[in-house]
Amino acid sequence: MLRIPCPVCGLRDETEFSYGADATVRLPDMNEADPKVWHDYVFIRDNPRGPHKEYWHHVSGCRQWIVVHRDTLTHEIFGSALAREVAA
Amino acid sequence: MTARRLETGGRIDRSRELTVKFDGKSLPAHPGDTLASALLAGGQQMVGRSFKYHRPRGVVAAGVEEPNALVHLRSGDRHEPNAQATMVEAFDGLTSTPQNVWPSLQFDVGAVNGLLSRFLGAGFYYKTFIGPFSGTKYWMFCERFIRRAAGMGRAPTLPDPDHYEKINAFCDVLIVGAGPAGISAALAAGRKGDNVFLVEQDRDLGGSLLSEPLGAPSDAWLAQARAELDGLPNVRVLTRTTAFGAYDCEVFGLLERVQDHVLAPEEGKPRQRYWVVRAKRAVLATGAIERPMVFAGNDVPGVMLTSAVRSYLNRYAVLAGERIVISTNNDSAYPAAIEFAKAGARVTICDLRAEAPTQFVDSAKKAGIDLRPGHAVLKVSGGKGVKAAHVVRIGPGGKIKGNATRIACDLVTGSGGWAPALHLWSQRFGKPQFNEELDAFLPPAEKGTFSCVGSLIGSPSLRDTLSQGHEAGGAVGKEPALFGHADHWGRNLVPLTVIAKVNGRTPGKAFVDFQHDVKLADIDQAHLEGYISVEHLKRYTTSGMAADQGKTSNLNALARMAELRGLPIPSVGTTTFRPPYTPVTIGAVVGHDHGLNFRPTRLTTIHGWHQDNGAVMIETGAWLRPWYYPAKREDINDAYIREAAHVREHVGIVDVSTLGKIAVQGPDAAEFLNRIYVNGFKTLPIGRLRYGIMLREDGFVFDDGATTRLGDHDYFMTTTTANAANVLARAEYLLQTAWRNLNVHVTSVSDQWCAIAIAGPKSRALLTALTGAELSNEALPNNHFANVTIAGVSCRLHRMSFSGELAYELYIPAKRGRQIWEALMAAGEPFNLKPYGLEAMGALRIEKGHITGSEIEGRTTLKDLGLEGFASSKKPFIGSVLRKRPVLEDPARPSLVGLEIVGDTSTRAGSLLYALSAPTKGHGEGWVSSVTYSPALKKNIAMALLSRGPERHGETIQVVDFVGGQSWLAKVVSHHFFDPEGKRQNG
Ligand SMILES: [Zn+2]
Repeated sequence: MLRIPCPVCGLRDETEFSYGADATVRLPDMNEADPKVWHDYVFIRDNPRGPHKEYWHHVSGCRQWIVVHRDTLTHEIFGSALAREVAA
Repeated sequence: MTARRLETGGRIDRSRELTVKFDGKSLPAHPGDTLASALLAGGQQMVGRSFKYHRPRGVVAAGVEEPNALVHLRSGDRHEPNAQATMVEAFDGLTSTPQNVWPSLQFDVGAVNGLLSRFLGAGFYYKTFIGPFSGTKYWMFCERFIRRAAGMGRAPTLPDPDHYEKINAFCDVLIVGAGPAGISAALAAGRKGDNVFLVEQDRDLGGSLLSEPLGAPSDAWLAQARAELDGLPNVRVLTRTTAFGAYDCEVFGLLERVQDHVLAPEEGKPRQRYWVVRAKRAVLATGAIERPMVFAGNDVPGVMLTSAVRSYLNRYAVLAGERIVISTNNDSAYPAAIEFAKAGARVTICDLRAEAPTQFVDSAKKAGIDLRPGHAVLKVSGGKGVKAAHVVRIGPGGKIKGNATRIACDLVTGSGGWAPALHLWSQRFGKPQFNEELDAFLPPAEKGTFSCVGSLIGSPSLRDTLSQGHEAGGAVGKEPALFGHADHWGRNLVPLTVIAKVNGRTPGKAFVDFQHDVKLADIDQAHLEGYISVEHLKRYTTSGMAADQGKTSNLNALARMAELRGLPIPSVGTTTFRPPYTPVTIGAVVGHDHGLNFRPTRLTTIHGWHQDNGAVMIETGAWLRPWYYPAKREDINDAYIREAAHVREHVGIVDVSTLGKIAVQGPDAAEFLNRIYVNGFKTLPIGRLRYGIMLREDGFVFDDGATTRLGDHDYFMTTTTANAANVLARAEYLLQTAWRNLNVHVTSVSDQWCAIAIAGPKSRALLTALTGAELSNEALPNNHFANVTIAGVSCRLHRMSFSGELAYELYIPAKRGRQIWEALMAAGEPFNLKPYGLEAMGALRIEKGHITGSEIEGRTTLKDLGLEGFASSKKPFIGSVLRKRPVLEDPARPSLVGLEIVGDTSTRAGSLLYALSAPTKGHGEGWVSSVTYSPALKKNIAMALLSRGPERHGETIQVVDFVGGQSWLAKVVSHHFFDPEGKRQNG
């Protein structure tokens, strides 16, 4: 089980969160009409080995979406921030 | 083996007698004994039979590494399989029975497996599964035979009467293992003021010190240390507790056996307690496990680990044999041997090193020990017990020389060096480094927030062990100074544990993994067949894959593989350990989370009324909902058909409080809704509501529901029951990431509002009578709402229909739900109002052709569901681009239709569809999503997704339920079975 630092609530168990998405990809603009752009947004992901940024939802806590900086290899968590402050 | 209890000594309470039972036999014991020590003291040499070959087996170890002495404990609903006799505390009335025996321990039919052993070797399962025998009668014979004959204990079949509980905890430092290193660490950390957890799997603190002779200098230190720990309120000592898992972020799983050492748990106490501990740092002081020697017959009852025999002698006052032959490759056997001799045994030491250690030679000789340097045990003879050891000379390089000499004996012990119990460290960090001098994998003293101390890292002496613990704990207070016996941990070891003939073979079966019956020859065979990866070797031979996870076997298997490949051990690699260190009962994992407590059950505020009025409830997700309200002698079919017909003729009410409800508020609320719904919401006026559909970004339908505009910046959204949480999370995601420039706030109000649907031709008359409000079609047309007051409670009345009837949804402050429901029932009497349940609601919506989760199931598009008309072409919305992907526009995709089933039985959801003349093979042309009997049509009907469905109205097709083995014919029709023009709901 991971222990995830929430900027609002402090260090909490992983079970209070749900994983959301890769935080390095960005929702296309709503007026974007090119299917390729939407296709890449929905389906194309890197699979990094090492430090990575991820969206997690503190779903059983403050309900904030946060960006967690996590190593996918060691599971080390370097820090987190509110998505509304740092989102891509 | 003629083991016996000595007159004096041991850490047992001789003032109290108790009786334990094994295989129907009563054995005397004392508090402080284990089942294993009682078995040995009672002369019970053979305690079970082995997994594959049903060979007689006896106790090998004295602790958690025991591979053989697995027994059934207790009986009836407290029956427990695979208990290690070495870990079971003796208590009065303990009953145990042997495993893997049929019909009896002494005479066992399965022992014939031993004769078939050449068929049961490495890779047996793989070869028969995928080889030429796969699927043949031979395999079927083998499978039946093997499943009956092989196996571990018998699983319990009755519900467990005991309670298990879970507990969460936090600490500064978690110390695993309360031997000298762990205690020393706990003292230092405790003095420092840290919040300390000291975890010990044994009933007593002390670890290896408990195996020192009674009266050893360590006894006084141990007593003093215990007293000091007791006086430190910041130190929590957990005995009978195993740290079984080390997880990321310093989270540990512990299993506390609170009441395993008594016949039945005391009133109010749990049998076991499952701890999840979050530590800031950890000190591992888990010690080391002795390696057995590998030679022919090394599994005969009476072949044990030297350290175990020493534990039985010093801790339990049981001398396990009268005539003992020890085979060792290091110094640690000597002090033990001297104690055996002093206790009255005749001892021979075969030391496979050319020279015996000088510091022990004198005392060994003085104790009358027959010292044979440059010798080893090649073979043990005996069936149900050791009869003799066959001893040979060992030359340089470990090759045997000359013929074996037979020494009659009743106990043979092996000292093959030590394997640190690095399991927790390995669970957390993976592969450790190999130390050639100690012939062992050792974790580093420090890594991350973990410190490793004592025998776990090959500490050379007790003094060093205490010092390491003291440092790791925080070095506060006086460092303990003790000298003892453990000063010879694996010193001067020669890395050789396999004693074989010159041709590499053993003169008889030599076991590497006792619990899984893996022989040395199996490792050799796997190597011959080309296995080089240690992970493959493990799976192919199943070595190390039994319940003991190879605690006594891993290193020996690895060493053999390295030898065969001509490589050093680290080049062959080692496996990574996974939790749990020792087995964890399912009961402890489950705790109280079973039955209705598996997760919180959600009840609507009207639940009590449903119960009081005989509703049959059904689980939908976490909710309990009224399924139907049976009248006398009605079954579900009678009831729902009556309820649904009643709604179409009179009026009915149904509890729909489970709908998801979200307050969408803020100046950009309309823009937000316009982006997430496929249809337009910007033009929705205050006072009106609109049905809307959401897509996922990939273009598939996500959810549907109605949203009501309450005010300028104030909307009230409903979602399906199932998707309530997902829709909210998605909305929060969008608003906190990509759309954070939108000024919108979303709040779940699902629990704040109770909802009741009122449906049927008499619903308007009923509500008018109850509320006194003007509810005519002009005053409140469909898709409008009004504020009304019922019994003094302000409610919101939404006019909308799921049933296809003239219908309303009434939103009520949650706590007033039952009060308003009862007010409706009272006011409804003149209108013949009846409640209806989920099943009738389903029948009504299928008649009407409305979709639910059965159709919005993640694979369907707007087009598939015939809902394309809802999609706005004037604005982008989530999913608007990707829903147009060519593959999703394919006209051959299964699309929504209605089915009228021929005949008078109902089909089943999940049935597959085939053209009339097509063979009913493969996936067919679609599937049935929802079924019901339609009281309005007097037919069995269904909703289905059928390839090119809308073009096929009128066609007759085949419907096949492969699960139930039934098939039907059905006519394809529009899914708007009833009142397709919507006259009733709009009237
Ligand atoms: Zn939070």
